[in-house]
Amino acid sequence: MASSCWGLPEALCDFPSLSSKSLRLMRKTIDDGFRDLVRQFSDQIDAATRPLQWFLNTLETIFTGTPWFVMLVLILAAVWFASRSVKIALGTGTALLTIGFFGLWEDTMTTLAMVTVATLISIVLGLPIGIVAARSDRAQRMIMPLLDVMQTLPSFVYLIPVVVIFGIGKVPGLIAVVIYATPPMIRLTNLGIRLVDKEVIEAADAFGSSPRQKLWNVQLPLALPTLMTGVNQTIMMSLAMVVVASMVGVGGLGKNVLQAINNQFFTMGFLNGFALVAIAISFDRASQAFGKRLQKHAEVLDD
Amino acid sequence: MTETAQIQTLTPDEEETVPGISIRNLYKIFGPDPARHVAAVQDGMTKAELNRKHHHSLGLRDITTDLPAGKISVIMGLSGSGKSTLLRHVNGLIAPTAGEVLIDGEDVAKMSPEALRAFRRHKTAMVFQNFALLPHRTVLENAVYGLDIQGEPRSSSTEKARRWIERVGLKGYEDRYPTQLSGGMRQRVGLARALTNDAPILLMDEAFSALDPLIRMDMQSVLLDIQQEVSKTIVFITHDLDEALRLGDKIVILRAGEISQQGTGEEIVRHPANDYVRAFVKEVNRGRVVRLRSVAHPKPAGEDWPALRLPGTTTLEEAAHQLLDAPGSLATVLARDGSERGVVSMDDVMRGMLARV
Repeated sequence: MASSCWGLPEALCDFPSLSSKSLRLMRKTIDDGFRDLVRQFSDQIDAATRPLQWFLNTLETIFTGTPWFVMLVLILAAVWFASRSVKIALGTGTALLTIGFFGLWEDTMTTLAMVTVATLISIVLGLPIGIVAARSDRAQRMIMPLLDVMQTLPSFVYLIPVVVIFGIGKVPGLIAVVIYATPPMIRLTNLGIRLVDKEVIEAADAFGSSPRQKLWNVQLPLALPTLMTGVNQTIMMSLAMVVVASMVGVGGLGKNVLQAINNQFFTMGFLNGFALVAIAISFDRASQAFGKRLQKHAEVLDD
Repeated sequence: MTETAQIQTLTPDEEETVPGISIRNLYKIFGPDPARHVAAVQDGMTKAELNRKHHHSLGLRDITTDLPAGKISVIMGLSGSGKSTLLRHVNGLIAPTAGEVLIDGEDVAKMSPEALRAFRRHKTAMVFQNFALLPHRTVLENAVYGLDIQGEPRSSSTEKARRWIERVGLKGYEDRYPTQLSGGMRQRVGLARALTNDAPILLMDEAFSALDPLIRMDMQSVLLDIQQEVSKTIVFITHDLDEALRLGDKIVILRAGEISQQGTGEEIVRHPANDYVRAFVKEVNRGRVVRLRSVAHPKPAGEDWPALRLPGTTTLEEAAHQLLDAPGSLATVLARDGSERGVVSMDDVMRGMLARV
């Protein structure tokens, strides 16, 4: 409609874009090329993901296979040892008992196994990358935009290549969760190390520390509160992502939520949603209390 | 005082010293490309000009000094004078733009990273203004830090650390964390950490400046006391002339990156080289700085040595106390080897204290 264009020539009226034909050709070429590439390396990809698959399955079998009261005691013990707080342990116990009472025990355990594996992988990946970013400004300049992409790209979008590469199943779900949960670990490791008191770093240098000694004796211990915040954020991100990951075949609470969305099962959706919230809050409080407890020496004691 | 009396004063009987750290024609320029401008500065470009024309900042200009081995050298200056920058050249935390820092005949500025690390581990230790302790380590673990880095096993390092912790007066606090200690106690930990390292050179960067006046005096006494025992080459940074005079065997006064005057405390107090130093020295209690050896006269011929015998290193204040009770208000001044060197009267001491020499 030329009238909406104040009578301007066409090039100024419609945005001069690629023709739909060439766009289609571009999409087809890239998609096909990508698919062919994946097909060609499918054996290698399978081999690479097998340890992940095994790790995930083993943990899930342990979590769901162990009698519920044993798991309950183990989780409560872990929470208590981390936080040394009766309040947090009691809260977690109540939450878990309520979850079990509403028949969600097994799904919760599946989700917990997933979150545990995802958190561990995120820490193992995020910590060294964060250290590299903290040590070199150039590395930081290269890594940070990548993290921005990982965190802001809608998770559904990167699920597509993940599914193309790894197919449907737990492992692609795990990979999607890890992509989402690793950035905070990298960011906070980087930040924590960069915020370490300059004079203490200078002291380490003045006593002749090697870079490795400086890292282990000074930078990591002093960055620990920030690192713990990173771990905490990673757990939270993993819990948030398990629902999205259920779209590619991850079981547990997320799958129930997805079913509830598809069928408009109001009660089921909220029960599972609240179960996730309860676990998230328990783990958040426990890991924060653990971080604080590691910093006990920083408190000024009155005596 | 008359001309003749000036001539009659004996030359001070100073100890001979060996340079422990020799700094030669040291220049430091801060900025993106310091090497390009060093020649211009060496040819006399001023700090302001360098800043205006080339946006580089001149940190140190043509510093040449010998810091005596086994003695305390104080580098004194106000903030921005470059004193901390100069100190950091000694252990290579800052590399000079031009010039040399010679220790045992080796130029610190030319060491490879590995050599520099070994040099820092075994030859130097450092004490910091804000203590720079590791908050997650106890007092004992902080003290063994330097030896940890050297790779010494805790079994032997702990023993050394305990000795120094006791020596700085922190016995019983070994298992406390730094946050549980007061500022003065924290700096004792900093000192114990440096001493446990057992390095011949001790660098102290405004080590006592963050402390309360009384605690600062106390720490100065601790340091002097320990120095008697260990005789390390100490480089001490301060902005406080009283502290400099109390601690320093040699004092280097820096102003805007240049040496304003260097010498012993007595030399600086008695003969300030310029108005800048004179302004500093004006408020100094000379009775505690000037020593008998610099006001003593040769014994007039035909008289006996006075009965009161005082070492040449006695301060004028102390000498005045002693002379009050001495017959004839006269005293014999002894040389460092204990032989008679000259005589002083109450008059000489008073004139010395009142700066009317």
